[in-house]
Amino acid sequence: MTGPIKVAIIGSGPAGLSAGARAAAKGVSHVVLEREPRFAETIQRYQRGKFVMATPDILPLRSDLEFAANTRETILGIWDRQLGEQHIEIRYGSPVRAIKGRRGAFTIELEQGGTIEAENVVLAIGVQGNIRKLAVPGADQPWVQYQLDDPDAYEEENIVVVGAGDAAIENAIALTAKNKVTIVNRGNEFAKAKLGNQTAIEKAEAAKAITVARNAQPVRIEGNKIVLKVPEGEREVPVDRIIARLGAIPPKDFLASCGVMFPKEDSTGFPELSTTYETNVPGLYAIGALAGYPLIKHCMNQGFEVIETIAGTPVKPADEPLLEERLQGLPGRPSVEEALAAIKSGVPLLSALTTLQLREFLLDSETRVALAGETILTHDAKGDSLFLILSGAVRIEVVDRRGRDRTVVRGAGEFFGELGLVAGRRRAETVRAMADTVLIELSRRSAVKLLASVASARAYFDKITIVRQLQDDVLPELTEEDLAGVIEKATIERLPAGKVLIQEGAQDRFVFMIRSGSAVVSQKGPGGASSIVNYVPSGELVGEIALLRDVPRTATITTAIETEVVRLDGEEFSRLLDLRPDLREKIEEAAQKRQLEGVRSGQDGVKGRLTDFFVEEGLGEATNALLIDDSLCIRCDNCETACAESHGGIARMDRDAGSTFAMIHIPTACRHCEHPHCMTECPPDAIHRSEANGEVWIDDTCIGCGACQQNCPYGVIRLSYAAPKKSSLLMWLLFGRGSGPGEVKAHVEHGHSARKVATKCDLCKDIKGGPACVRACPTGAAIRVRPHNYLQHFGERSG
Amino acid sequence: MSTLVQPQRHESFLVHRRFLYLWMALILSVSSVVAYVWLEPVRGNEGGTWLGYTLGTIATLLIAWLMLLGLRKRIYSKGAYSLKAWVSAHVYLGLATAVIATLHAAFQVGWNIHTLAYVLMMVVIISGIFGIVAYARIPRRMTYNRQSRSLAEMAKLCAEIDQECGAIALPLGDRFVEAVRMAQQETRLGGSTWRILRARDPRDGTEQALARLRKLATETHGPDARAVSSLMVALGRKQSLLQTMRRDLRLKALMDLWLLVHVPLSFALLAALTAHIVVVFFYWG
Repeated sequence: MTGPIKVAIIGSGPAGLSAGARAAAKGVSHVVLEREPRFAETIQRYQRGKFVMATPDILPLRSDLEFAANTRETILGIWDRQLGEQHIEIRYGSPVRAIKGRRGAFTIELEQGGTIEAENVVLAIGVQGNIRKLAVPGADQPWVQYQLDDPDAYEEENIVVVGAGDAAIENAIALTAKNKVTIVNRGNEFAKAKLGNQTAIEKAEAAKAITVARNAQPVRIEGNKIVLKVPEGEREVPVDRIIARLGAIPPKDFLASCGVMFPKEDSTGFPELSTTYETNVPGLYAIGALAGYPLIKHCMNQGFEVIETIAGTPVKPADEPLLEERLQGLPGRPSVEEALAAIKSGVPLLSALTTLQLREFLLDSETRVALAGETILTHDAKGDSLFLILSGAVRIEVVDRRGRDRTVVRGAGEFFGELGLVAGRRRAETVRAMADTVLIELSRRSAVKLLASVASARAYFDKITIVRQLQDDVLPELTEEDLAGVIEKATIERLPAGKVLIQEGAQDRFVFMIRSGSAVVSQKGPGGASSIVNYVPSGELVGEIALLRDVPRTATITTAIETEVVRLDGEEFSRLLDLRPDLREKIEEAAQKRQLEGVRSGQDGVKGRLTDFFVEEGLGEATNALLIDDSLCIRCDNCETACAESHGGIARMDRDAGSTFAMIHIPTACRHCEHPHCMTECPPDAIHRSEANGEVWIDDTCIGCGACQQNCPYGVIRLSYAAPKKSSLLMWLLFGRGSGPGEVKAHVEHGHSARKVATKCDLCKDIKGGPACVRACPTGAAIRVRPHNYLQHFGERSG
Repeated sequence: MSTLVQPQRHESFLVHRRFLYLWMALILSVSSVVAYVWLEPVRGNEGGTWLGYTLGTIATLLIAWLMLLGLRKRIYSKGAYSLKAWVSAHVYLGLATAVIATLHAAFQVGWNIHTLAYVLMMVVIISGIFGIVAYARIPRRMTYNRQSRSLAEMAKLCAEIDQECGAIALPLGDRFVEAVRMAQQETRLGGSTWRILRARDPRDGTEQALARLRKLATETHGPDARAVSSLMVALGRKQSLLQTMRRDLRLKALMDLWLLVHVPLSFALLAALTAHIVVVFFYWG
């Protein structure tokens, strides 16, 4: 090749391909370098038939390649055809070793030797990094592989899986169905893996479905044997296939070697980029997942835009018109750029974001001006967005948990509405503008993502919310200055279920505020046996008694479910109480009340043990659970039938399954958890929680990936085909057409388009009259209640 | 049955809304008795007096409504209905029907279609009382018997035990394998109503296998003896699981037995009642 090419694009994922396509279309000299022998390796590795989403829907696609939501095969097929048609220059099997130089004179060194000269370099290498290879003699066999496409493809083989992460465990377990599998773990535990996978591997080991080699390291591969180094010496394992899942070397290191710098305060690992995706090295660009944009559509748009920039015909980003629309509510009609700068400097929560990140977050938000006196939010209204005040001020009226009215004022740079954000509940406050106020309303999804992905925003948010929660729930009328000492030493801790916060008899002096989740209080009885005496929901203060009376801990407090607490320093806390004797009195009063309640329920043995049972069954995190009084249940299964009849023929509960204690049976049915496990991972974002009754439900954009089913610890989500359509009762009665009431016919032949989708209880949210199971129970055995309320009234006579 | 607030605690159909329907039934019955005594019916065609017609009409309407429960139960419609409220009303108004119909008949019996209708009605009501007793007693016994295990779980456990036994028996030789095969393949649950109610199967494969094993065990010594005893333990566990499952099926059958009388006879009652009404109006006078 004579002279340097205009642009070298590293990586042929959606971003790299789109960049290549644009370069080809503009006649810009280019080459796309791909490490693997095929393009878009990550998508190629998706499971067969996976449905690929094209989110965000509002963002227009700007690329020379087509892309719309479809199956993996269709999308790859279209790209394959277009790559040929558009004469995109791709070199497969060309891993890059190093990139040197700057704009106009880059030298790209390839692994297999040789260099490429380019004026500009676009990095579109994604975040997967280079897969770590098994570095032992003999590992160059073709049957030593680093991925598993289809576990069903192997039968009756001796397979050794190396690794202890999620990928290794999932592969190993999938292979056990038809093969003899050994998993090799360098350590003793599978602590790195998700909880679900840890349990799965333990179960498989207990059932002898898998052999686990612990504290073992591969030493060499000889013929059809792998030699492991174990504490006792060396061990040989016969092997037909090795699957090594050792993770990857993060691309961050590669970028650093090219001279790219990263923002210091954040550990998210994305490089600092200009608005045109240029790194601090002139002429070196980073786009796609590497730049923090994992969505395919973002990647493709950036590929397009970066080539336009390099070719000297810069375009405004694809989201520019959308952002203009979003920001048009701002007074003075600033340009997008000016508005972004104003937001960045005016709102601390957003100040740590890169401009690109800020653009993305604002796309999912609205700006508006509230005139002086206007009501922005009303108590009990639906809504879970977060409001940021750009200028002006608001007056917030809240009724705190003790029923008192409180008014607070929030000014420019502050935020409000976070209660709905944390709990996903109705508004607890009424908010009015005190002056003309400019607001940014961030959707819940965006806000949650912001807090999860930007560490400094999280820290800022946490600090402010601790102060507010202390003021709201525990120590009203205290100013931020009063609380400064306590806040300084406060830490937020996220604890798993069953963790002891306070040990009876201990001498420590911490006070805890339960932020989310719940805890149980237990005390040793006269016989020395410990029994549960109380249940503490979120928002309460615990551990203050020892501090007030200066005695050892009087009870043990254990988390009932995954719980977030704020640990407050005892000395700082007492100082605060010394400052305000009236507060000491109030806290004392609340503590006494709780102690008395505890004594009462301690006397009622059944109630205490029932509480224990509920906690064990995970009802501590339930907001609405189906409870069956077994002494009334005539096992007619009319609840299940009614459920099926109300939901297209598929029951979303199993009456017979589940545990029973003291005649209270907890069947397998959704409990609508406070923090739903199922919602933690849903690619199409199809699981929702309604503000009205707090029910968690799945909409019909479900793609049937099964993540929610795996994440649900209570087994209440099922993947099923739609049931055949039902004919009317009369048609069945007179002509025997279709199935009768409650009869479920095996699902009919399904075409290729049929997909299993996730189904679960939705509390009959769209059905007048409420849960069908409860209405259809002939004896009054089935009720749906908040377990906490049920326990409070347990033993009282019905009335 | 107007808008119902979602119940917040367990309340039996018998005490539904503080015995609302019991009170209604009592008022209906007592006022019928008072009217009957007050009006001192002439001996003879009591059904034909205006009070007789009134009581007869009320009883007929009640019976028609009581029978609608079968339909209501099967229509899983929207709306704020509560099947429990229906059942509560069904029970108490059904009992009241006995009083009203008896007064309507004015204690007269004979070998005719009218008395047939009356007798059928009484049998239906008495079977219903059996039902209430069964519903009040048997659910508890089922729970105690089950000990928080579902039938599906127990069946799965049995299958696992079968598999385990197969593996133990294999090295012990043909006679053991045959015994285990019997336990695996000749164990049945359910069957005829009679067998379900007896809660045992005289030709139960597991039981026979155990009997054989007991005999074989006395002949086995040495290293195999331990395997044989673990085989016996496993089969013993299966046997007790089977017992629990059979008891469960038996109790469920007992709980539903009354329905075999209650439902068909209520249809017979409907037919007889229709005949009774037709006869009275077309052939009486």
